[in-house]
Amino acid sequence: MANTTGESALDTGAVGAEIEDERRAEAVRGEPPFTEHPASGDRLAAALKDAVIAGLIALALAGPMVGLRTETAIGGLSLSQHWLPVAVIVAVVFLGRLLLNLFVWRTGGRTKPITATSFRLLPSGEQLEKWRWPGLVAAIAFTIVMPFLPFADRYWMDQAIVVLTYCMLGWGLNVVVGLAGLLDLGYVAFYAVGAYSFALLATNFDLGFWVCLPMAGILAAGWGLILGFPVLRLRGDYLAIVTLAFGEIIRVVIINWYDFTNGPDGISGIPRPTLFGIPFERGDDGFAAVFGLEYSSIQRIIFLYYIILVLALVTNFVTLRLRRLPVGRAWEALREDEIACRSLGINTTNTKLTAFATGAMFGGFAGSFFATRQGFISPESFTAIESFIILAVVVLGGLGSQLGIVIAVIFLNTAFEVLRGLDEYRMLIVGLMMVLIMVWRPRGLVSTRRPSVTLSGRAKAVRGELVGEGSG
Amino acid sequence: MGHMEYFTQQLINGVTLGSIYGLIAIGYTMVYGIIGMINFAHGDIFMVGSFVGLIALVVLGVSAATPFFLLILALLVVIAIAMALTAVWGWTVERIAYRPLRGSFRLAPLITAIGMSITLQNFVQISQGARVKPVQPIITGGYSLMEKDGFVVQISNIQIIIVVLTVILMAGFTTLISKTSLGRAQRACEQDARMASLLGINVDRTISLTFVMGAALAAVAGVMFVLYYGVIDFYIGFLAGVKAFTAAVLGGIGSLPGAMLGGLLIGLIETFWSAYFSIEYKDVAAFSILVIALIFLPSGLLGRPEVEKV
Repeated sequence: MANTTGESALDTGAVGAEIEDERRAEAVRGEPPFTEHPASGDRLAAALKDAVIAGLIALALAGPMVGLRTETAIGGLSLSQHWLPVAVIVAVVFLGRLLLNLFVWRTGGRTKPITATSFRLLPSGEQLEKWRWPGLVAAIAFTIVMPFLPFADRYWMDQAIVVLTYCMLGWGLNVVVGLAGLLDLGYVAFYAVGAYSFALLATNFDLGFWVCLPMAGILAAGWGLILGFPVLRLRGDYLAIVTLAFGEIIRVVIINWYDFTNGPDGISGIPRPTLFGIPFERGDDGFAAVFGLEYSSIQRIIFLYYIILVLALVTNFVTLRLRRLPVGRAWEALREDEIACRSLGINTTNTKLTAFATGAMFGGFAGSFFATRQGFISPESFTAIESFIILAVVVLGGLGSQLGIVIAVIFLNTAFEVLRGLDEYRMLIVGLMMVLIMVWRPRGLVSTRRPSVTLSGRAKAVRGELVGEGSG
Repeated sequence: MGHMEYFTQQLINGVTLGSIYGLIAIGYTMVYGIIGMINFAHGDIFMVGSFVGLIALVVLGVSAATPFFLLILALLVVIAIAMALTAVWGWTVERIAYRPLRGSFRLAPLITAIGMSITLQNFVQISQGARVKPVQPIITGGYSLMEKDGFVVQISNIQIIIVVLTVILMAGFTTLISKTSLGRAQRACEQDARMASLLGINVDRTISLTFVMGAALAAVAGVMFVLYYGVIDFYIGFLAGVKAFTAAVLGGIGSLPGAMLGGLLIGLIETFWSAYFSIEYKDVAAFSILVIALIFLPSGLLGRPEVEKV
């Protein structure tokens, strides 16, 4: 907050943003030794003035909203007064701002653009490169043995399943947003299509999970094409709002088409997955009896965990392989420059549609897994906020980076769990954290990308800023 | 009942709703025009505005029993308070979430906007409670325009106030943009921010003022929403925001008359769809119209087609 005059004129404008970022980073790195520090008295006065302004703003923001709480009473609304929290908020803002001004932002009242932080969260590209294969093997080995490790109880398995589901969704959306550069704000629609396809097929035609899984994927991909077709001509934010609208349309239709989808009541009694026809239940035909084990409900959870693990790994593997196929290269080319793409004879229509369909298909798989895991689905699980969270995972991790998505999902999930005790403050903190992380690292937590194609044949990681963001 | 009468009644309702959407849509369209980003938190700024207005109404003890002149005065005070405080909210959101990301990657401000939206909703939920806030009707009465077979076409006082206020604000706003130096600075930043800054315009200040003005108009919409519907909660911002953004896109994002036109159209479509077809699918209708309109007019009704330079 405050100090509105600090930033130079160069800070605006989007033309040549990469070069500009670089220059600005240089400028900031070279700054402290050359800036004359004002006399300490001036600095204290400036810092105090700034902190007082910040405190006054906090008072204006929090005063009426926190201090005066409207309560429902007989014959209208009444007010209850809560001035202590207001005082705390104002004091925290005032002191925080003062301390930051005095001890952190040392360049004489000038706020450093936080975007230009040069330190890295992760090791540099070369170091990462060395650990690529060992790291990957270790991670996969860990995920395979995890259910049998001593700490893996019901709670940890559930968390692991949630993390893997969101990884899969993130990887699916990454095809559309990260590779093809098409901003899709309605991804949850395909998740819903997958879940409802499976639920309806299973409850109406008595089909099992393994039969429905490919069908759900195909249906979701079909919807991807249907939604993709009309939006081909749209670009940027127009595309974003139309995909958002589609997501909402599908949800509203699910809520209101009562005869077909059971409306807001949802669908229950969705069958559980079986292992080659062996169900995970108590009894003579159950998994435990067939294999001569003691029955335990955790067996089903572990089975679900392996299903989503395989699905997620398949998603990742297929995406990585697709990047090397002509269609994957066309996606990335489309993201870098659509006009150049067309000039070189790439069919942008097909390229966009395949991206939508592929992303949607993965969403559909994840959706049917969600349905079989929960055993019950309702439209409440498929709101727009879900789309936002998936998109946030993709962007927070680092657009186009498969590893980044895993890191972002684990980070957000950990934050959710750690803050569980804080109840209603949880979402407030998560929202603020999203803002702060993005301000701190606009290109995501993972700062390097591996190019799919190089002239020398040896891929060397490049900075995330050098990768295009697409205009579609 | 007569068809004509029913139609007229829906037209009145639709124009009222459309005015509210239009006021919110201006905030979206101006921000988009000047920095090219979707301010997803704007819907929640509208929600904050409605809460500030509600609190001011309760503090001043305004009710239907207040004498006429005092009532008008009180309403003006409420609107002024809501505009001022909500403007501070708009300014703060821009300062914290968008300014540090200026000139950076396109999707980063979109994610901070979503983060801010989540933050604002939960802040209000914690500070004001999650339950809906019912308000006793404050502006009552109205006029009967025509009557046929027992169906009376009515226009209520609050509807008149909403439409008149919207027209006044729109006129004032258009003048501000086209005549004053601030408006000139805004249009200059919209065309080329770097060139504008070279010519001595404080771009950051201009952008901040754009957010402030957008938030103030959203606050007016919020107060009108409280008075018209009589019920608010912390979640009203999302749907209203999406609808208003739809309106801005439909009208051609970046265009002020477009935002108003889009708002009116969305309001009318929604009202007529509810009246003649089904109330459940009114959102689907609004969104479908948006999709269809954009397929044939990809830059909206009044928007300038984007020129691609190689």
